[in-house]
Amino acid sequence: MAKRIEATNVTAYYGGFKAIENINLTVEPKTVTALIGPSGCGKSTFLRSINRMHEVLPGARVEGSLTIDDQDVYDRDVDVTAVRRMIGMVFQRPNPFPTMSIFENVVAGLRLNGVRRKSILEEAAERALRSANLWDEVKDRLGKPGAGLSGGQQQRLCIARTIAVEPQVVLMDEPCSALDPISTLAIEDLMFQLKDKFTIIIVTHNMQQAARVSDRTAFFSIEKTGDPGRLIEYDNTQKIFSNPAQKKTEDYITGRFG
Amino acid sequence: MGDTPQRSAHAGTGGNPVATSHERPAGASARVAERPGNPGRPDGGLGGGGALPRARAFGAERAFRGLTLAAGTTVLVVIAAIAIFLVAKAVPALRANNESFWTFEGWFPNDDPPQFGIGALAFGTVLSSLLALLMAVPVALGIALYLSHYAPRRLGNTLGFLIDLLAAVPSVVFGLWGRDYFAQPVADLSAWLNRHFGWIPIFGDGPYGNSILLGSLVLAIMVLPIVTSLSREVFRQTPTANEEAALALGATRWEMIRTAVLPYGRPGVIAAVMLGLGRALGETIALALTLGSTYAISFNILASGGNSIAANIANRFAEANDTGRGALIASGLVLFAITLIVNITARAIIYRRREFTESAA
Repeated sequence: MAKRIEATNVTAYYGGFKAIENINLTVEPKTVTALIGPSGCGKSTFLRSINRMHEVLPGARVEGSLTIDDQDVYDRDVDVTAVRRMIGMVFQRPNPFPTMSIFENVVAGLRLNGVRRKSILEEAAERALRSANLWDEVKDRLGKPGAGLSGGQQQRLCIARTIAVEPQVVLMDEPCSALDPISTLAIEDLMFQLKDKFTIIIVTHNMQQAARVSDRTAFFSIEKTGDPGRLIEYDNTQKIFSNPAQKKTEDYITGRFG
Repeated sequence: MGDTPQRSAHAGTGGNPVATSHERPAGASARVAERPGNPGRPDGGLGGGGALPRARAFGAERAFRGLTLAAGTTVLVVIAAIAIFLVAKAVPALRANNESFWTFEGWFPNDDPPQFGIGALAFGTVLSSLLALLMAVPVALGIALYLSHYAPRRLGNTLGFLIDLLAAVPSVVFGLWGRDYFAQPVADLSAWLNRHFGWIPIFGDGPYGNSILLGSLVLAIMVLPIVTSLSREVFRQTPTANEEAALALGATRWEMIRTAVLPYGRPGVIAAVMLGLGRALGETIALALTLGSTYAISFNILASGGNSIAANIANRFAEANDTGRGALIASGLVLFAITLIVNITARAIIYRRREFTESAA
């Protein structure tokens, strides 16, 4: 249920603009990896290139190799929808489908996979909602619109929707940046539990969050605006936050830069 | 109209606050005393020191409120005026009618005694409009989705412009084109349909010419641009976040459209279709030129014939005497009622899903 991700010389472009350059990074299964760095350093771009969501934008492309358990997700023969089913994604702002009920939201991915049987869908929905710590709050109103929940609940609904299809990897792009501290805590707790089953990569601007939830931390940075983002340092979270090897990392985590 | 009395009413109420402030000399004198002491209000700036200023009795706020109220009232007045005019003209003609207005298949209001019935006209209006929508809407939605989600941006914009151009063609041009050029191909198509699908009652025997099918096809072409450009706008407004959510779940582009775009755009598409239906129901000159102007209820859409309320008004108005005009106006009232029912139905459909669409906003 969890896989190892290996990025080799990953370079991503938006049209003529090079957003990240030569990222080399290995993520072990069943760990939480945090990507930190100043705005515009390409950490979200790198995250989106892992499940090939980067190329959704017009003119965007990725070079280099990105493997998941030694399978290149950018292989010409690979079905991009299969990649995205294997690597789920939670976005910065909660984005439940506004026209769907809570239940329909959770099973949306399963329906896309062709699951029709009501009993299977119900079972999967309950399992996913329980995993997302949302079941008790919504079990009596599964037929109500997903967009009617609070922001934190919506984000957990989106997490439930993502894990309902049982991906190998869950990518989270600043999942708490639109949430209050209580909801943030709920999602951080959730990450600890999800780590048992999934490989998790999270982009965050909140360094305390990175320190709290992640096993390993990757620090991205740019020289100046317009330059591509690079991976500066990647190590155990404890090491990064206590004794970083690079001066730039230290400057960033101590708040002297960025 | 309705503007002037409205204004004077406001002027009347506007006097009151001034009067009440005189009844509280303490507050007023305090303000007066403070002002000269602090010229230019150096202590407060915009936040204001000292007493809070009174709400302004006159000003842009009130004026604008009155203006919008007057505008809103105008609509009601105009509608009422039209309704009164229509009913007043229609009733005498309906009284004089020697046959059932609802069921008689014919239109002889100028005869003595007058005989006319709306049934065939209303039937033709609804049938031709529904057929037109049936043909136009799937194509329009296809074009709209292509323009909003498949076509490269530049091509999409060019095509969209061309489609908007189609909406600007006057309906008389469509009518003439339909009658003089399009009629022959449609007659050939009718013969073909009759030969191969004649066992379906709507594809009956000829003669083929100015038929419901021809009128509906021309109507479909006229309705197409409205439905297309409105739907395209609606589809374009789908939040990127929802499209990405679907894609990230492993949806193909079509699955993404089905999961995120179509449900989100549903109320807008219904509105677009209803606007198209409104245009089709009220279309006059194009149908006057392409329908056969008969007064029989027939489901055979291939044979020459068919008529619509608006087309009948256009065709018969010139020759109509007093009763004739009253009869045509009565038919106009029926058309008005049909349009109203269509609009109410559309609202009801959108209203039923409001819980979901409102939270979407």
